[in-house]
Amino acid sequence: MAYSVSTQTPASRIAAIAGAVLILVLIALPFIAGRSTIRDMFFILTMLVLAQFWNLLAGYGGLVSIGQQAFVGAGAYALFGTVILWGVDPVPAILFCGIAALVIAVPTAFFAFRLNGAYFAIGTWVIAEVVRLLVSQWKTLGGGTGTSLPRDATGDMWFVGAIETALGVRTAAARDILAYWLALALALATIGGIYWLLRTRRGLALAAVRDNVEAAKSVGVDAGRMKWIVFLTSAFGTGLAGGLIYLQKARISPDAAFSVTDWTAYVIFIVVIGGIGTIEGPIVGVLVFFALQSLLADFGSWYLMTLGVLAIIIMLVAPRGLWGLLSARTGLHLFPIRRRLSGGTTEQRETP
Amino acid sequence: MNILSLQNVSKSFGALIVTDDASFDVSQGEALGIIGPNGAGKSTLFNLITGNLRADQGTITFEGRDVTRVSAMERCLTGIGRSFQIPQPFEKLTVYENLLVAATHGRNLSEAAVLADCADVLERTELIRRANTPAGQLSLLERKRLELARAMATQPKLLLLDEIAGGLTEGECQALIGTIRDIHARGVTIIWIEHVLHALTSVVERLLVLDFGRVIGLGDPEEIMASKEVQEIYLGIEV
Repeated sequence: MAYSVSTQTPASRIAAIAGAVLILVLIALPFIAGRSTIRDMFFILTMLVLAQFWNLLAGYGGLVSIGQQAFVGAGAYALFGTVILWGVDPVPAILFCGIAALVIAVPTAFFAFRLNGAYFAIGTWVIAEVVRLLVSQWKTLGGGTGTSLPRDATGDMWFVGAIETALGVRTAAARDILAYWLALALALATIGGIYWLLRTRRGLALAAVRDNVEAAKSVGVDAGRMKWIVFLTSAFGTGLAGGLIYLQKARISPDAAFSVTDWTAYVIFIVVIGGIGTIEGPIVGVLVFFALQSLLADFGSWYLMTLGVLAIIIMLVAPRGLWGLLSARTGLHLFPIRRRLSGGTTEQRETP
Repeated sequence: MNILSLQNVSKSFGALIVTDDASFDVSQGEALGIIGPNGAGKSTLFNLITGNLRADQGTITFEGRDVTRVSAMERCLTGIGRSFQIPQPFEKLTVYENLLVAATHGRNLSEAAVLADCADVLERTELIRRANTPAGQLSLLERKRLELARAMATQPKLLLLDEIAGGLTEGECQALIGTIRDIHARGVTIIWIEHVLHALTSVVERLLVLDFGRVIGLGDPEEIMASKEVQEIYLGIEV
């Protein structure tokens, strides 16, 4: 009897077409939308990238890190370092941000992989604090008070001039548009890359390690290597995002760049309320997060308390997040990874 | 020819000696049963053979190669497959995906290359109808079958079964025995730990008795079961 395997569903085919249209709209957005929309979208896209990588770590790799700010900060400082000290153009300098995060990630993993579960989480946090304290000693980049990107470096960086003339906008707006397009490219590459990884046999191994490490080893999965792959990939991507975020901010300080609230707590919130262990979850989560932030931004600490209460409620009511809830009700998967065997005698319908 | 050979293998957890100077050989194509009271160190012995635990002392040889210091992952690649006493499925993956992990990584092949083999194992272990069901939703019998199927998907030369018949009804047990016989008939060497003695003795050719981590008997099942020492220690009968 002939068997075949497919991951596609009718919904995923429609989603692929809708996704392609959405991508075109997002690329064209600077031609139709105002500067504040572009800035909001930049924020959403960069948070989405951070959330996707944290989700890859925790949701697929089972590595619950609360030290992702180490890689955001390392990336951000690498950008400022290469631009200010070496005079590199900020756009290609973003690549160094990913590399700098990798440089921090290797010793971090070396220590943190000796720890499991909650100890791993605390370990990553401690390491991030150590990196923050070390960077605070770096006097050439402003020490504890931080520094700014030189105006001439950001003013005539790659593509800015071209965007100015093509869209007829001023330098500051052109910089925002460039940052937005870079963020869009990074977000698309991130989602595409993670989706590709999950569909390979490495993706299967990742899920197996998450579900049961000992059993995974016993069927030939190199569990140690999977952890390294996931941790380093996440660090690299988080470093790129960190560099990009601070390219747009153009002003850095250790407390901001290594903020556990901004770069890990919010990110965890996004993933948890959206739905951990799915690609769709962080997308839903970041939209909810942005909506809440826009609504509650004027209420100061009430805003944080509302986020906390909401996260607790969602964890209790829908442990798999808003997307998990929707997906369980409707069977909808925009990024299907489940391999469905068909043919032969598999015809009995499974219970959903 | 011996496929597996243990020489003076020992393992302790602190002061507790769980495997005490164990030495025995298993020949190619044989089916060996392991019995012993609870806590005798049967599962530990399996973990030492599969590499989930490292031996403190002694040598484990598989197909003539010293594997004592080789990781569980590599031992799987060289042909040692196992089932766990308490089923350890990848719960969020489907039954088919569980096998796919084992087949692609245990044999280092692509998903397309192992599709037909996985489907074949699912048919033989009577799990084909559940292929697309998440493993977390399976019944106990199905979980036991999945343990067996997943181990088979790596195409082991040596298959270790850890109390795979435990907790099943008589009918379920008989069906499972049929499947194991079929695997054995295809030339796979089997070592099987089991408390359900009639299931064990209907398949295995030799029995090994463990007590307090020591091998206290090895030989023909009938002779072993009849020996005074085994009856006293294992069955708790005063003779």
